[in-house]
This record gives sequence, structure tokens and C-alpha cells, in this order.
Amino acid sequence: MNERINRLRTQSLAAVPSLSDERARLLTDFYKSGLARSSPVPVQRAMAFAAIMENKKIYIGPDELIVGERGPMPKATPTYPEVCIHSQADLDMISGREKVAFAVDDSVRQIYREEIIPFWQGHSIREKLFAHLPEAWKAAYAAGIFTEFQEQRSPGHTACGDKIYHKGLLDLKAEIRDAVDRLDFFNDRDAMDQKNQLAAMAIAADGLIAFASRHADALLLMAESASDADRKAELLQMAAICRRVPAHAPQTFWEALQTYWFVHVGVITELNPWDAFNPGRLDQHLYPFYEKDLAEGRLTKERAKELLCAFWIKFNNHPAPPKTGVTAKESNTYVDFALINVGGLKASGSNAVNDLSYLILDVIEEMRLLQPSSMVQVSKKNPDRFIRRALKIVKTGFGQPSIFNTDAIVQELVRQGKTVEDAREGGASGCVEAGAFGREAYFLTGYFNMPKLLELTLNNGVDPRTGNQLGPATGQPSDFNRFEELFDAWTRQLRHFIDIKIRGNNIIEQINARHMPVPFLSLLIDDCIDAGLDYNAGGARYNTSYIQGVGLGSVTDALTALKVHVFDRKTITMVGLIEMLNENFDGYDTFRRQLLDDTPKYGNDDDTADDIMQMVFEAYYDAVNGRPNTRGGVHRVNLLPTTCHVYFGSVIGALPDGRRAGVPLSEGISPVQGADRNGPTSVTRSAAKIDHIRTGGTLLNQKFLPQVLADETGITKLAQLVRTYFRMDGHHIQFNVVDGETLRRAKLYPDDYRDLIVRVAGYSDYFVDLTEDLQNEIIRRTEHESF
Amino acid sequence: MTEGIIFKIKKYALHDGPGIRTTVFFKGCPLLCRWCHNPEGLDPRPQAMSHFTSSGEIHGTVGTVIGADALVREIEKDVLFYDESGGGVTFSGGEPLAQPQFLEAVLAACNHLEIHAALDTSGFAPAAVLDPILPRVQLVLFDLKIMDAKQHRRYTGVSNRIILDNLKRIADSRTPIRIRVPLIPGITDGDDNIKKILRFAGTLKTVQGVDLLPFHRIGGEKYRRLGMTDNTAESAPPMPEHVAAIKHRFESAGLTVSIGG
Repeated sequence: MNERINRLRTQSLAAVPSLSDERARLLTDFYKSGLARSSPVPVQRAMAFAAIMENKKIYIGPDELIVGERGPMPKATPTYPEVCIHSQADLDMISGREKVAFAVDDSVRQIYREEIIPFWQGHSIREKLFAHLPEAWKAAYAAGIFTEFQEQRSPGHTACGDKIYHKGLLDLKAEIRDAVDRLDFFNDRDAMDQKNQLAAMAIAADGLIAFASRHADALLLMAESASDADRKAELLQMAAICRRVPAHAPQTFWEALQTYWFVHVGVITELNPWDAFNPGRLDQHLYPFYEKDLAEGRLTKERAKELLCAFWIKFNNHPAPPKTGVTAKESNTYVDFALINVGGLKASGSNAVNDLSYLILDVIEEMRLLQPSSMVQVSKKNPDRFIRRALKIVKTGFGQPSIFNTDAIVQELVRQGKTVEDAREGGASGCVEAGAFGREAYFLTGYFNMPKLLELTLNNGVDPRTGNQLGPATGQPSDFNRFEELFDAWTRQLRHFIDIKIRGNNIIEQINARHMPVPFLSLLIDDCIDAGLDYNAGGARYNTSYIQGVGLGSVTDALTALKVHVFDRKTITMVGLIEMLNENFDGYDTFRRQLLDDTPKYGNDDDTADDIMQMVFEAYYDAVNGRPNTRGGVHRVNLLPTTCHVYFGSVIGALPDGRRAGVPLSEGISPVQGADRNGPTSVTRSAAKIDHIRTGGTLLNQKFLPQVLADETGITKLAQLVRTYFRMDGHHIQFNVVDGETLRRAKLYPDDYRDLIVRVAGYSDYFVDLTEDLQNEIIRRTEHESF
Repeated sequence: MTEGIIFKIKKYALHDGPGIRTTVFFKGCPLLCRWCHNPEGLDPRPQAMSHFTSSGEIHGTVGTVIGADALVREIEKDVLFYDESGGGVTFSGGEPLAQPQFLEAVLAACNHLEIHAALDTSGFAPAAVLDPILPRVQLVLFDLKIMDAKQHRRYTGVSNRIILDNLKRIADSRTPIRIRVPLIPGITDGDDNIKKILRFAGTLKTVQGVDLLPFHRIGGEKYRRLGMTDNTAESAPPMPEHVAAIKHRFESAGLTVSIGG
């Protein structure tokens, strides 16, 4: 990277995340002003957005090429009191916690105490939700059966399509006028609501145009006083860009990047949607500009790379807004999941990988930043060179890019009813969630704790942590004569709590639809303008709700252990096993070893366990898939955890697979940590026994040591492993190329690291199977290699 | 039903032939090489061997008697990986040729399933055992250790005459060969031995390449876990420069060489 980018990157890395009261203050001032008192809710929201964009501080860093910050400076992170009010105690906790902390100034505390909290108390979405949700929902939520994504953040979960690169906001305003003209006040009782919604979108468009113009003004001022002639020219050019976009459609590569960035800041300032916002298919959207600028001599490859790097750094300046409570536990990270997609297919179905795809991969490798997240879409139509290039970045060991199967994603989306073109222009956002970019509102509604339901089943519906009858009484487990009876009881617990969750989801959706519309985001997503309907109210072309299953591996192994030991081999009685669980296996070490070492486990291509995994998947799918939401769409399943497998594990006692109380559950569709002892081909074969096509995303994690990928052959064989998993319709795979610290822990706790593969001397082997001396040697070698 | 004894099935084996492979380790070997890093492959019977868990070192056994059908089912599971990568199955050990009926039955099934099969062998077996096997394998990984007859007997316990004859026999049968040379300092890596290996390899028509396998002390701990005396402790890994020099010599002779297979 050049010196300028190095400076920007260093600044971004060094910036300390802090809490900014700017947005909360501007929002509160606006509502206090009474300007919008008589306006309908969407117009109020749009006016509030415009007021923030017209008045917030403009930050332009000394070296910047892409401008626009959500806060007054990099990593200064706003709050959203209309969604969730932070108490004084929350602010103390957010600033004082060891992980994912934000600095909170005394002035912020004071403004919160004197202005923000008194004004919003009793009016936030969070308080509305809890006022409307039934007691059964609250009890399940408190017990850790499921989480709720919309409790502190607004729905979002979408990615930008290509619209903003073809149409300026003024063009969209013209579309809005046409839509208003088409309103049918003779026959349509919704026409008035549509008119209000469309008016709100137009106000929001003006808000962002004003924000861009203010940058243009500031840049002109800076240019006047700039002493360096080059920078002066650059500032003048930037001012011209900000004067043009996003009011008008971009004409150049630079303008296209700046357009997206303004739009991004708009979306994440309007509200705090999950997964921030996401440029989606960046290489596809930018390529026409790149090609044209290069051909017309306006741009060099080096300059394009520099602009992309500057763009990357902007993402890193924007941590996820601070989370507290269960929301912090389920997603305990600064990462806000803007997942840039590279590669895949064009709408026509042909190979989409282009020169810019490779340039973006160079940027990913060189920037090595926490944000944005990045992924490659790999279709069977993409060349091997593309996946090999991606794996060479994976090898450097920071977990990016993750790797997705385009052909599976397209099938998943088409199965859900999308057109094949919309599916091909989609991809994965957030962690692994499939979506039709620019056209779909796919809300993740919360994680769902599958293993906890087994604990309830083994206690006849009682939660052993509290002694409360939390679930239905599904029978005394000692009365079950066959495994099928046990499984049936688990399924009944599952359906009971999925019903509670879906009822809650539909209440929450309506609260957001009515009280928290997002007119700015609605501008961007088809067909909100045509429908005159908000993104949060079903205005998108496709509207999906997801419940994310967690602990597939853990519940499978636990059920398998019960089937094998209690029902098939009869090595122990149900009562005896439950007694061991109650004692957390204390005093039962020998039998626990049998559970760990002599029991089939998911992830080893062993049908004894994998058949049960399929039963679990089908039961979960049947309970969720196709159940209507309130936005004209339905619920679907996906299987991913973020960090929720840790939280969910903390609310569960010992499980029959030998897992002790409180230990994290398995994550995504990965096997239980250390349970897969047969290598990555067996893991991927087990994982592929799920019908991925009927999900909206699955997450599979694999650990490798850098040495396994040291040479070209290692890269090639890893690419072949991925291709084979994708032939079997696997949705996603990511590789942890692990470091010395992990290896030291692996040495201390071999059971947890059974699946760790190391390159030794002329061959690869499981790390835990190596002698102590050799382990030490590899630890040293790894550390050496990492410098 | 044909049965055999194995001590390990290794999936995603990356260094035992082309592509992604499954390597099946047969238990039992007629040789006793001083540097053997798979001592659990020596005895053709199940035997006690401890292993490590988080509760410490615990007793266990190594060696599984398995039917040919069951083994083939296990091999066949990864067939898509073989297809994608040009991989297949490798029979190693131990010495697979020490269980000829079992090996032939498994190979016959693999041939039927069109799974690429490689044989990793010391070459120490009667010609009558080798002959029916050769048409069933698509690649032989041939461990060529010591050319001097006396030294060979001293360090491996057997004569190398039959081994060298078999190597020639395999080449004559037009079966592709990769020669694997363990580099044991002071035993196999001397100038004279390398020169003789080169000269012999030059007479063979189907050698595709050479894998140099530098000595490592992986096996040391295994001897202890098996309750055996560790003979590898006296040796040390060869110096990387020496390995590179040997690699260069083979390459100068027009052979493709990999270190570690």
C-alpha cells in the first residue's frame, strides 16, 4: 500500500471506539422542536433523518479520498435512543467492559442523564416490544431458548443492489412523483398511507443530498487553504464529486465509490440496522466504471486500488453500535457484518469474475482489516485461479475471505420463489445469509437454542436452572421405551417454542412497520417506491424472516449418545445418565470418556450420528419453514451462531454427549469442537447430508495450520476440497488458519482440538496426536512463520 | 469373507500420491527398519497402545480386524473428492503385500468402482504375491532404502535382493512408480547410496518421480506408548542443506523430486 493509505489505515486501527451523543442530541432536538408534530410517522422519521444529515458535524480527514462519517470522527459511534435507550448503568458497562468497549465521556453521560433518557424513556421500540410480548415469550427469552435481534437494533439484513449506480437520488425522486401520480384515491384505501410513505422517501433523499453538498462546501474551503498543489487539486475534484453524487448517478469509478459510501452512511445513520449495510456485489457494480475509466485514461489500476483501500478503511472506521445484555452476548464484536461479495455469476448466468475481482482480493489481503468482512462467491463456472487466489489470502490467517457456493445460493433463492436473475444478482450478507440483493428484506429474528430443548425434554419441560415448568410436560424420560419417543418429545418442545418465537416475531414486525419506518433505506430497495410501502412494512420485492438454529452438532451428539447408550447398547439407564448430567459428570469420568471416545459423533461421516442430525434438521425445518410473517412473506431456516453458541452453552447443564455444564455449544453446522476426528472430507460429507438448498444459509468452520497450505499443492488440494463440498451443495465454508496461541491451548486441552490438522515433516497429521516435543517444535515454527 | 488387519484409515491424505486420497495402513511388516516411524504397523496382531486424552494417558489397543467389504465402503465414501482432485486410495502400512488375499480383494473392488489405487510398499514380497496385485494398481510408491546388501540387512533385517528384483519387475510391468527414499543421516543419505539409487532408477522405465522423506522423530513417542524400545532416538533429522543437495542430484538426473511426498 502507498504511504497515504498506510497513514489512513494506521489511523483507523489506532482510533479508539467511543460513544458519540451527536445523533441522539440532534434527534432529540428535532422531536422537541415540534416541527413534525402533526406529520404522519414516516414523514416524522424522514424529517428527523434530514435534520441529522443537515446538522451533524462534517469530518474530512487529512488524507481522505472517500468522505463521510457516521459520527463526528472515525469510530465515534452514535446511539439510537428511539430504538433502545442506554441507561447510566449501560453507559458505565459499555465503557468499562473488557471486550468490545466504547469510551464514554462525562459530557455524554450528562447529556444522556439530562436530555436523552428523560425524553425517550417509555417511547423506545425496545420498551414497546416488551410491553406487547406475551409472558411465555419473555420467560423463554430469559431462559435462553431464543434471542431477539430487534430488541436493540432495527431490522435490516440487506445488501445494496446496482440501482444507485444507475440512478441518482433525484432520479428516484422523479420515480416517487410518478408513483404519487399513480395513487388510486378512488379505490385504494391504502393510498393515503402510500402518499405519506412516498413523501417521506423524497424528504430522506433530500437529506442525503444535503449531507453530500455540505461535504462539497467543506472540501472547497479546505482546497482554498491547501498549501500542497496536488492535494488542492484532489480536494477540488472531491468537492465536484460530492456536488454530483448521490444526487445524480455516478459517472466514474471514484464517483461510484463515493456514491455507495454516502448511501451507506445514510442507512446506518437513519437507524442501526443489523449487518449495517453492504455494497454486496462490489466487483460487479464497479466494473463498468473501472473499465470505462481505464479505457478513457481517467484511471490507472494503481489509483483504483488506492481508492478501494480508502473505501475499505471507511468501513473499519464504523464499529457496530454498542450492544448490551443478551444482544451483546449473541453478537459480541465490533464487526458490523458488511460482507463484500466478490465473484459469482452475472444475471445472465455466465461467469462474473473479472479483473476487478482480483484487484479487490489484492485489497483484502493488503488491508487485512476487521471490517469490512469479505467473501468470494465460487460457482462451478468460475475458474480455479479465482478460488486459488482467495485461498492464498485465507492462508495468511485472518479468516477472510470466507467461501460461498454461488450455485447453491442461486438454488436456495429460486426455491424460495425468486426469479433466477434476481437470485444470480444476490449473494450472502451478514455471516452467511442468502439474499436477493437490492430487492429483499430478509430479517434475522433471533437465534434458537436446539440443545436447550433437549435439556427441557430430559426434565419433562422443567428448566433445571430455575426449577420452572418452562416447556410443555412431554413425559418422564424414564418412561420412554424407544428412541423415537424421546425424539418425539424433543420435537414437541421444539414446536412449542418455535410457535412462541414466531408469534413474537409477528408482533415485533408490526411494531417496527408502524412505529419505525425507514424511508431512506426504502429508497434503495426495490420495489418500495413502486409499492409506496416501507422496507419494514413489506415494501421489498421479497420479504423473508429467519430463525437461526444453533447447536446442531451438540444436539445431534447428545441425542446420538442417548440412542446408542440408553436404547441400543443399553450401557446405561436413562435415570443413570440423567443422574450423571445432574452431577455434571463429577465422579463419572470413566463413563464420560466412553461418551467422548466410544460414541458416534456428527462430523465423521458416520451415519449413526448423521442420520440423527438429519432428523434434527428436518424437525427444525418443518417447525419453521413456510410459516407466514406479517410482511407478505414467510419464515425460513438458516444455521449460524455468530457468538451465540457461547451464550446458549452458558444456560445449559451437562449434556449426554459428555459436554460439561456451561461449555459453548457447537457453532453453525460445524461438529462439536474436537468431535470430528476423521479429517475435513468426513466433516464436509457429514455437513452435506443437510439439504442446504432448503436453508437460507449454513456456516461451516474448519481449522488448518498455515503449513498445510504452505505450497501450491496444498492450496490446490484445499480448493478441490471446497469444490467437492460445493458439488454436494454445501453453502459456505471458512478456514481458520491457526496460530501459536491456539496450538498452546490445543496442547493443554487436546479433547477440544481433535480436528486441528498440522503439516509436520513431509505429511500432515492431527496436532493432538503428535508428541509433546513435536508439538513444541510446531508451536515454535508457527510463531516463527507468523513474523 | 476376506478379512485383514489395519491400524489406521487416514482421510484427506495429501502426500501419498496424486490428489486427495484415503490412505489405509495395513498392520504387520516383515521389515524392521531402524528408523521406522510407524512402529504400530510392525506386529500383525492387535496390540496395546496408550493414547492421550485430557484426563491423561489412557490404555487402549491399536489394530482393527476389518472385512474387505467394510473397508471398501469406507474408501468409497470419499469418491467425490477423488473425482474432483484426481485422487484415490493408497495402501500403506506396515506392508500391504504381507496380506495379499485381503489386499487383492479390496483392490478388485476398487478397480470395479474405478477408484485410482496406489500401493506404498517396501517391495519385500515373493514375486508370486506381487504379480496378481500389479495389474490392479495404478501407481506404486516404492520405498527404496539402501542399495548395499549388507547394510540393508543390517538396518532393516532383510536382504534387498528380492526388493530390487521386484522394483525392476514393477517397472517392466509398465506400472508407474514413484521412488521414495527415506533420508536417514549416516544410513541412507551417504554419497554412495544416493549414487547407486540414481543409477538403478535410471534403468527403470516407469519412474515418474522421487519423494525424499527426511527422517523425523515422530515415531519416538509411539515406541514408548507401545512398550517397545525406541531405536530412532540415536538418529537426528538431516540438515536442510544436505536434503536440498540430494534433491538437486536427483533433479540433475532429470527426475522430478518432492520433499515429503
